[in-house]
Amino acid sequence: MPTPASPTPPGGHLLEVRDLHVEFRTREGVARVINGVTYHLDRGETLAVLGESGSGKSVTAQAIMGILDTPPAYVRGGQIRYRGRDLLTRSEEERRQVRGTEIAMIFQDALSALNPVFPVGWQIGESLRQRAGMSRADARRRTVELMDLVRIPAAAKRLGDHPHQFSGGMRQRVMIAMALALDPKVLIADEPTTALDVTVQAQIMDLLADLRRDLGMALVLITHDLGVVAGVADRIAVMYAGRIVEHADVHALYRAPAHPYTKGLLESIPRLDRRGGALSTIRGLPPNLMDIPAGCPFHPRCPYARQVCLDEVPHDLVLAGGRTSACHFAQEVHDDRAG
Amino acid sequence: MLRFILRRLLQMVLAFFGTTLIVYALMFAGQGDPIQALAGERPVTAAQRAYLTEKYHLDATGVGGFFYRYVNYLGGLLRGDLGQSLTGRQIGDILAAAWPVTVKLALIAMAVTVLFGVTAGVIAAIRRSGVFDHATLVLTLLVLGIPTIVLAPLAQYFLGVRWPIFPPTAGAQPSFRALLLPGIVLGSLSLATALRLTRTSVTENLRADYVRTARSKGLMRRRIVGVHVLRNSLIPVVTFLGVELGNLMSGAIITEGVFNIPGVGFNLFRGIRTEDGPLVVGIVSVLVVVYLLANLVVDVLYAVLDPRIRYE
Amino acid sequence: MSDFETVAATEDQSARRGVSGEPGTPDRAGRPGRSRSLAGDAWRDLRRNPVFWLSLLLVVLVAAMAAFPGLFTANDPRDCVLSRQHAGPSGGAIFGYDFQGCDTFARAVYGARASLLVGAFSALITGVIALVVGMLAGFFGGWVDAVLSRVIDIVLGIPLLLAAIVLLKRVSTSGETVRLLAVILVLALLGWTTAARVVRSSVLTAREQDYVAAARMLGAGNGRIMWRHILPNALAPAIVVLTIALGSFIAAEATLSFLGIGLKAPTISWGIDIDAGRVHMRESATPLIVPSVFLALTVLAFIMLGDAVRDAFDPKLR
Repeated sequence: MPTPASPTPPGGHLLEVRDLHVEFRTREGVARVINGVTYHLDRGETLAVLGESGSGKSVTAQAIMGILDTPPAYVRGGQIRYRGRDLLTRSEEERRQVRGTEIAMIFQDALSALNPVFPVGWQIGESLRQRAGMSRADARRRTVELMDLVRIPAAAKRLGDHPHQFSGGMRQRVMIAMALALDPKVLIADEPTTALDVTVQAQIMDLLADLRRDLGMALVLITHDLGVVAGVADRIAVMYAGRIVEHADVHALYRAPAHPYTKGLLESIPRLDRRGGALSTIRGLPPNLMDIPAGCPFHPRCPYARQVCLDEVPHDLVLAGGRTSACHFAQEVHDDRAG
Repeated sequence: MLRFILRRLLQMVLAFFGTTLIVYALMFAGQGDPIQALAGERPVTAAQRAYLTEKYHLDATGVGGFFYRYVNYLGGLLRGDLGQSLTGRQIGDILAAAWPVTVKLALIAMAVTVLFGVTAGVIAAIRRSGVFDHATLVLTLLVLGIPTIVLAPLAQYFLGVRWPIFPPTAGAQPSFRALLLPGIVLGSLSLATALRLTRTSVTENLRADYVRTARSKGLMRRRIVGVHVLRNSLIPVVTFLGVELGNLMSGAIITEGVFNIPGVGFNLFRGIRTEDGPLVVGIVSVLVVVYLLANLVVDVLYAVLDPRIRYE
Repeated sequence: MSDFETVAATEDQSARRGVSGEPGTPDRAGRPGRSRSLAGDAWRDLRRNPVFWLSLLLVVLVAAMAAFPGLFTANDPRDCVLSRQHAGPSGGAIFGYDFQGCDTFARAVYGARASLLVGAFSALITGVIALVVGMLAGFFGGWVDAVLSRVIDIVLGIPLLLAAIVLLKRVSTSGETVRLLAVILVLALLGWTTAARVVRSSVLTAREQDYVAAARMLGAGNGRIMWRHILPNALAPAIVVLTIALGSFIAAEATLSFLGIGLKAPTISWGIDIDAGRVHMRESATPLIVPSVFLALTVLAFIMLGDAVRDAFDPKLR
């Protein structure tokens, strides 16, 4: 087992992404996918990272894991600090040691994320045998425990089954069991429920919340679905065009968004307490990452946009309660809640 | 799994009857003098005529007669009785002597294919767009584009006659060394195809989602490529190799003919050359059966390799 | 539902499905839905590809040889004198003479005609069969598709060389033209399956396109939709496959002639000459090497041409 759990330096965070830049170099040109993402995660808490497809939330997660495909993806700057040490400056071998044991990840589509030709028991046990050096018998025993832990019925009987023999929800449970195998301190869940039915979604979210509490992990929950986040997350970071545009405590954010994009997202959700009114949408399309608009990248779609938004990139404004918003008119948006 | 194999077996039996019927019909149906058709331009002696008439029941006429003859031929085929060639030898005996040689040759070709084709394919995929990748792509294109009737005689001339590295011809009891060059020539085509197939398959699998999962588990790259990717990539390759083994048996006609290797292909080659109809029909029938068997084995192998197929 | 992805109207549905990377990024945006013009891009790629030009040049050269062999050699390939057996180069015979005392080079030049005739006509017939079968299977689907696909599977499963041996035995005593036709027909009959599969799959794709649905709503009949909207889509990939097939038909013809069951003398074919040259390679190798090189280059040219065009149209394969 790699580095024993050294205590987090006082005042530091468990995991911290600082000013991360990632670009994709392709035949068509360079796409700036991550443009200065900063967020942090403390022991035992749940951070939701929210954004549309292409906003860079998954890429950030893959950068943390060190599993970006290079090429086309290149980290161009920034830091990813885990327990105070920058992962980006470490060797590939050191980073490999971190994966699974310290930070683990589960993916959106469990059917394609699991290897189709190996039994699930083998796949869960692989980490135990290869990384933890367990014997076959021990690994098997522990695998059954893990499958019980994620509430797969008749776990011992299903060890030899292949991924395609499981239902979508059960497959995602297998993924989770696999991620938990080495007792990670941080679990990154990349849209864990997107491919699932609504009822199953709720079960998986409950499972994740319970596991986080019981095992004392920290959870990064990546999603495009505000509804999923509400009951589970402590804080929310909203991403747009490779930036964190708003970052706040979950209740504060729901009560009064301080960025026009977040506001748009909230207004596009059907709500029981506002019947009858038409759902509003965010006009326009996400920006082309090879040609991000000058100034505030959201300005072409923003109802608050003024001249300054075309000229200047907004910095993070700190509002009451320590929340931030990358909008020139954050306070105005925040106060403009009645809308 | 058992049901799958049984179903496959049933399909094979149907295919067997279908193909042999076609072969038989094409050889004999609606011809003026079937005996002359069997013998081609060669004169037919009275004794041969009598033998062929009896052997193929040519005195029975009409559609009923045709099926009577077909069933008879099939019975003979199943019993291993293929009759006599025009030279008077038992075709069964000829094949019994020829098979071991052909199998040896095909195995050498297969070994060459797996050893170089699959290995190079994996390397090319891992180092995609590198020098090795480009070089192998060009080389395989050349091999794929050059027909065996060019490759075999030229290899024989340059590597056997001009610079005698290998024995140019094999002879009656070919040694391993004598079979090496023909084996390489025979395997070169499969090698090129296997290389390209492996490269494509590994490339696709390297991009698969499960590779990302394996990386996130902190597995070593060697293990990810060597276990996760390879196990998936080899499914189409093994399938191809199985079918190819059947092809190599029949593809050996030219190679065995050119290098004078007394295998099945050589006998077919000679049968065609000497217009020995019964010999050609006998050998083609047996090769078709071998081909069908190879396909069956491949299907079963496929189901073993790919769990997704098994439970359909 | 609070899935605001649909609310925010993601434009490219196809890019989103299945790929859980970041679809907003350009490496996945280069799909048909967004590309400027596939044919235009392909042509730009092709123009810069030396392999394309080289193979095109070879194809044109061989075609000229087949049409006007007199332009390339003044000698008569059938003017054979045994006293010149294996004689060295002289009088226009730049590669000397073969075992029969014929001009090796002249025979190689005149051999192009039979090869190209077989290749071109087999490919043509193959193309017709493939288009008809592929279009019917792809367009109508259902039991039509089931039956035709099964037929394709069966024909695909027949070993080409063995089948050709069986089929061609039936014309073993016929004249020159009949033999040529027989070889063409046999090759076409056994070789149409790959192209049919390609046509079928491109028809399947085209059938789902919006403009086909639009045409249908405007009341266009099946025939018109197939002819005007689907055929053009299936044509380009079919031509690529047929170009490659043309190369392999030429190789197959030479192989059959080499074995003695394809074309026969007095027809001049590279396969026949390679066989003849092979027997006497110890005395003189040129009569073996010259037709071998002609055959190999011709087959290569067609295969490389098809390969280059396909790569240009489908950059994903690179």
